[in-house]
Amino acid sequence: MAKSIDISDLDIYYGDFLAVQGVNMTIRARSVTAFIGPSGCGKSTFLRSLNRMHEVIPGARVEGKVVVDGQSLYDPGVDPVEVRRQIGMVFQRPNPFPTMSIYENVLAGNRLNSKKMKKAEADDIVERSLRGANLWTEVKDRLSKPGMGLSGGQQQRLCIARAIAVEPQVLLMDEPCSALDPISTAAIEDLIHELKSDYTIVIVTHNMQQAARVSDETGFFNLKATGEPGHLVEFNSTQKMFANPDDPSTEAYISGRFG
Amino acid sequence: MPPTTAPDAPSAAPVVAPTGVRRPGDLVFAGLARAAGLLILVALAGVAIFLTLEGVPAITAPSERIGADNIVVYVWPLLFGTLLAATLAILVAAPLSIALALVISHYAPRRLARPIGYLIDLLAAVPSVVYGLWGIQFLAPKVYPVYQWLVDNLGWLPFFEGPANGRSILTASLVLAIMAMPIITAICREIFAQTPTLHQEAALALGATRWEMIRMTVFPYSRSGMISAVMLGLGRALGETMAVAMVLSATGVITFNLISSVNPSTIAANIALGFPEASGVKVNVLIFSGLVLFVVTFVVNFLARLIAARGAVKGGR
Repeated sequence: MAKSIDISDLDIYYGDFLAVQGVNMTIRARSVTAFIGPSGCGKSTFLRSLNRMHEVIPGARVEGKVVVDGQSLYDPGVDPVEVRRQIGMVFQRPNPFPTMSIYENVLAGNRLNSKKMKKAEADDIVERSLRGANLWTEVKDRLSKPGMGLSGGQQQRLCIARAIAVEPQVLLMDEPCSALDPISTAAIEDLIHELKSDYTIVIVTHNMQQAARVSDETGFFNLKATGEPGHLVEFNSTQKMFANPDDPSTEAYISGRFG
Repeated sequence: MPPTTAPDAPSAAPVVAPTGVRRPGDLVFAGLARAAGLLILVALAGVAIFLTLEGVPAITAPSERIGADNIVVYVWPLLFGTLLAATLAILVAAPLSIALALVISHYAPRRLARPIGYLIDLLAAVPSVVYGLWGIQFLAPKVYPVYQWLVDNLGWLPFFEGPANGRSILTASLVLAIMAMPIITAICREIFAQTPTLHQEAALALGATRWEMIRMTVFPYSRSGMISAVMLGLGRALGETMAVAMVLSATGVITFNLISSVNPSTIAANIALGFPEASGVKVNVLIFSGLVLFVVTFVVNFLARLIAARGAVKGGR
């Protein structure tokens, strides 16, 4: 079910403002791809353009091509709702639905497909997703409790469980650990390693050690200058990016000599 | 996603003054706030005491002075009319207002949503006399053919027995509905717009359509606020005087026939129409009906709070 993503000449706008310019890359299936770069360089914006969440913001639009499994996401006939069902997303801050129980939170996406589920089938999906998110043993005795009652790290894993419950082709993660403590972060990173075998994972992170730890390939985004659009500076295997990058500005950023 | 900073980060340090230090600013403000709170209680108690003291003589008043066998027989049709008109009004106004608020907060493009919002707010500023005039001069003749049709086709229902008349309780309720709409819409719109983006995006990212997103996040989040908004609208409909007094052709009976010229009056309209000619015990009778309205509004508000509190979303932000 994991799919690769081909991006060509992607320009991303907020109204008239060009936020990200001319991105070309291929994200491999069943691998972890990380985006790093300074704040405001457009990596989150770019990530959100991969499942058409970008256009949720009024005035936001995209030019160029994003192709998943031969299907261009931005073709006029493509329904963004369908795209988002195929490409799941985990956000910076954990966002379980406050009125729903843990159980219902996991099933939220499946319920949207509105087909009637048998109780046994639903139970099965909940257990499989929570096991997949390494949360099952912690919550199996309190599935009917509200999702908001969990700790931040558990909530984030609940959100991951919710995202993988619908068995997406790709999982996008927008700084999934930035609101979490180091232990929860480690738990999520372990999880990313395990999920890699089934999903294509794209992760935005501010933490370069995290990018080095979890990813197979890394893209470095930067601004040409203040007020200029962000662009992809370099895209290489993580090993090469952190040991011997092609671009001098990548090395400057990674080694902390930025500017 | 725009970079969100933790909103509670910088406010941690200087909130609590060191114990023992009484700053004059704090003292003054605390005093002002306490005085304002007490003033409201005093005003409310004053109204309640006045209504009770002045209303009690009506209980023992002779029946020829009341204009009915006793005070209960006199007030009951009025109370019935009040509740019927207000309920009908809310049945019409609540769904419309919620839909309208959703259009403004989630569906219409921003360029369009703002002017629509202003327009709705403007409706709230129109005096009720104007609504009354509009109801009697414009709406009543316009709805007459509709009522006629209802009598001809659905006349077997007790609600539409007829004979059709434009100045019926249904017309009054429609006017009330239009009057209650701005306040319900305005409050709902504000609450809908406050639904955390985080939750809305969570739903959208799962592949929810806009309507599914609204059902998953906006409605649960806004539930208690929506109830409060509807109750405020109900409060306005219960207490509205002028528009009902002008539109309604009231005869003081209890009937569910919604479209005839024979209608129950409402408490507020009855007071307004009866007060100029009232004297002696009749004044007490009217004040007693006012007390009933006061209690009903109170009960409605308490019920609303109860329902709203039970449905409140904890930790929703």
